[in-house]
Amino acid sequence: MKLRVVVIGAGIIGSCIARVLSMYENFSVTLIEREFDVGWGSSKANTSIIHPGHEEDPERYPLRAKLCKEGNILWRVWARELDVPVKWPGELMIFFGGEEKRARKYIDLARRNGIPEVRIVPREELLKMEPTVNPNAEGAVYAPTTGVIDPFETVIAVVENAVDNGVKLITETEVRSIKIIESEVKGVSTNNGFIDADVIINAAGIHSDEISHMAGVEPDFKIRPRKGEYVLFDEDVKIKPTKVLHTTPTEKTKGVYGLITIHGNLMIGPTAEDLSLDFKERTPTSDKGLEYLWNRAKVLFKELPPRSKVIRSFAGLRAEPPEGRWLIRAYTDPWGFINVAGIRSPGFTAAPAIAYHVLNLIKMKYAVKLVRKSGWNPYRRSIVRLADKPLHQIDSLIREKPDYGEIICYCKLVSKAEVLEAIERMKKIGIKTITVESIKYRTRAGFSRCQGAFCRWRIALLISKYAQIPLHKVVVKKSPYGIGDVKVLLRSG
Amino acid sequence: MERYSKYDAVIIGGGPAGIAAAIRSKELGLRSVLIENREILGGIPLQCIHPGFGIQYFKEDLTGTEFISKLLTKMRSADVNYLTRAHVHSIELHSHDEKIINVITPEGVKKLKTKTIIYAAGARERHIFETNIVGDRPDGIYTAGEAQTLMDIYGIMPGRRIVIVGSGDVGLIMARRFALEGAEVKAVVEMMPYPGGLIRNVVQCLQDYDIPLYLNHVVIKVFGGRRVEKVVVSKVDEQLRPIEGTEFELQCDTLILATGLVPNTDILEKIGVIIDPTTKGPIVNEFLETTVPGVFVAGNALMINDSVDNVVIQGELAAEGAYVFVQNDGIPSTSWKPVMKGRNIRLVIPHYISGARDVVFYARVQAPERSVEIRVPEVDFKKKLLSVRPAEMIALRLSKELLASLKSSKVTLEVRRL
Repeated sequence: MKLRVVVIGAGIIGSCIARVLSMYENFSVTLIEREFDVGWGSSKANTSIIHPGHEEDPERYPLRAKLCKEGNILWRVWARELDVPVKWPGELMIFFGGEEKRARKYIDLARRNGIPEVRIVPREELLKMEPTVNPNAEGAVYAPTTGVIDPFETVIAVVENAVDNGVKLITETEVRSIKIIESEVKGVSTNNGFIDADVIINAAGIHSDEISHMAGVEPDFKIRPRKGEYVLFDEDVKIKPTKVLHTTPTEKTKGVYGLITIHGNLMIGPTAEDLSLDFKERTPTSDKGLEYLWNRAKVLFKELPPRSKVIRSFAGLRAEPPEGRWLIRAYTDPWGFINVAGIRSPGFTAAPAIAYHVLNLIKMKYAVKLVRKSGWNPYRRSIVRLADKPLHQIDSLIREKPDYGEIICYCKLVSKAEVLEAIERMKKIGIKTITVESIKYRTRAGFSRCQGAFCRWRIALLISKYAQIPLHKVVVKKSPYGIGDVKVLLRSG
Repeated sequence: MERYSKYDAVIIGGGPAGIAAAIRSKELGLRSVLIENREILGGIPLQCIHPGFGIQYFKEDLTGTEFISKLLTKMRSADVNYLTRAHVHSIELHSHDEKIINVITPEGVKKLKTKTIIYAAGARERHIFETNIVGDRPDGIYTAGEAQTLMDIYGIMPGRRIVIVGSGDVGLIMARRFALEGAEVKAVVEMMPYPGGLIRNVVQCLQDYDIPLYLNHVVIKVFGGRRVEKVVVSKVDEQLRPIEGTEFELQCDTLILATGLVPNTDILEKIGVIIDPTTKGPIVNEFLETTVPGVFVAGNALMINDSVDNVVIQGELAAEGAYVFVQNDGIPSTSWKPVMKGRNIRLVIPHYISGARDVVFYARVQAPERSVEIRVPEVDFKKKLLSVRPAEMIALRLSKELLASLKSSKVTLEVRRL
């Protein structure tokens, strides 16, 4: 008999757990998500960095230190298997006069955590290595194993691959309660009915404290939403650091990063603002936050692009657990409940390692004898993107499929074929409501200069046609495009 | 790939400027083709069902849709070549009179070889992240053009309770459209102390429908979970900074951004065309030729126009430029005289004139003024105007006879109080 596993939350943590469990015959996995699509919580609004692990204190946070290091190594393989864009530029933590002692702490942490190649780069070498940096910098801590990944596509890719290997995804499903009989979990009751389960894994991110309380464990465990704001510049700005730049954290301020995202935009962020415990549903940006970022960016860079080159500002919530400690634990009372809660930074980096760690917990705690699945497929291919292809290949693609010759998003060169493929793939993993936002994250349409003013309605038209729903009912992000059909009388003749 | 169809002129963009350029280039006997990325020609006026189009050009007050229909009739009788659903991927400069335009179409990639290019790809709208509005990013925020597309092409209503940012003509006209469709337009919010659009539109679009106009105010913040719930509006001081304590809320489900247009110049910049920071379009001479020889620009890709009539005239002028280029292996050398911005002139097109032919200057002022004179002192030109406003583009034709008297190495456009 297979163990019926329900994973709550299709963010990066829940998705990676689902993928790892899908490698074994022992489990039948259901991944449930309350939003329309996967990866819409903390996984989508973050710094997009794969950290080396030289910032984790192994005494205070042994699990974070261990799994961050392992995650960094795993992503090198996972990114290739899943065909997600990743680059490994390395990171420079810049220090100024008087900050060197604090910066040197990270050399020590790197040594203790076994992170390779971390060293101090003196000013002269720093300015050669990274000419965009503030020339007043004294030096930097160089960590070459830092990566930058596409956080949106990564979650999507992990889920596509997990579903391909037998995981069932159910979206738009929110857990109402957890059924426990005689100290054993029996399943979750949701807005979409009851789902039986022998093992329930709580990977609900910002809401993971609420789920834990439903299972009756860790009553004092409370997630504090910590907001991080970011600004993103146009691809065409001249300031293009080749490395990830980072200010040295102080007692009072967290480090702010400046980097080129996987999509080619200069990004500055994040701020760190603790919100009230119940502030979980909105992520507003603020004048204060954006001003702070601007000032920190001035510390990092020799010069900054004009503010008129900002194409987007956004904010995300991080699930900050008490004292910063991740709560990863398998319980025997109730038997079958596992918390993977409060996974704050470096959660994205550690996610694959967290997944193996959870697998091991299941094996040890619930005495499961693991059996590898024979036909497990490690591979998933990305959507073919015109923007990445030379002209002659674009030409052959169009000759195979004329939809490649119809451009929907001008800024990012996204064709109708790509939008339709995104819709097909969503349908394949079981997404019920196709939103414009989901198309954006899969195809990059609307990512750039015009921020979707030209392509949003075109995409909505394709969804309308495909899903056989009126245009005004197509969901943009979370609500319909319009309130009604004003020409309805005209149309019905 | 389909290689090297050979042209004298390839016109990029099938809106009014491009169509006019295509007609004119055909009349002049150029081998030309018009390419448009949508499935139909016409561009933005297709979604403009309000009047105010064609008063100069067709001597008739038409809607945008009617204007395009008339222009297309003219185009059909001129037997112009065109390609729709054709997207310009890139431009390669091979030699002085050979440019390759790589075009993506549903039939494959076409490489068009041409001597000249007339670039008329219009403008894009400024979006919320180019304003100083912070807060949530819920659904219910549309640019004016997107809302207009939904309402007037696809017949769907974006929302019920509307706040519009920006009182340019676009914002004013959208306010009236929403009111006519039964929406409640809560306010039009304008940062400047004066409306951005024509006075006629303030009266006909706002006053006639009792829509409040808040001058010297800005929207500073958006609230909303799934959909816009309210916005915060604040008064601004003389430096246009929000004044603390003057904030008030407007409940609404829709925020419309009519905060201006920016010429689409990305592809031009990639081939070295230099941009004027005041017009945000290319630097051009009197043929509307950019800094790259043989590359001409017209319409809103050149500068943001407020009348389609000017756009069409620019398209025709660019075609004439292309003709001169083809005839002479380039625009004949001359001592180009820079056009200077004098008192109260914010921007002016063209940037260089020869003095050898008639020139139309298009200019905008910095600030509104009453009873003024617009002057070009170098040729002793003066014209009285009752008033000038930043919203109203000044179009000024100087004849070559007048310019023949030009002795100076430059010309200056300036506004003087009477």
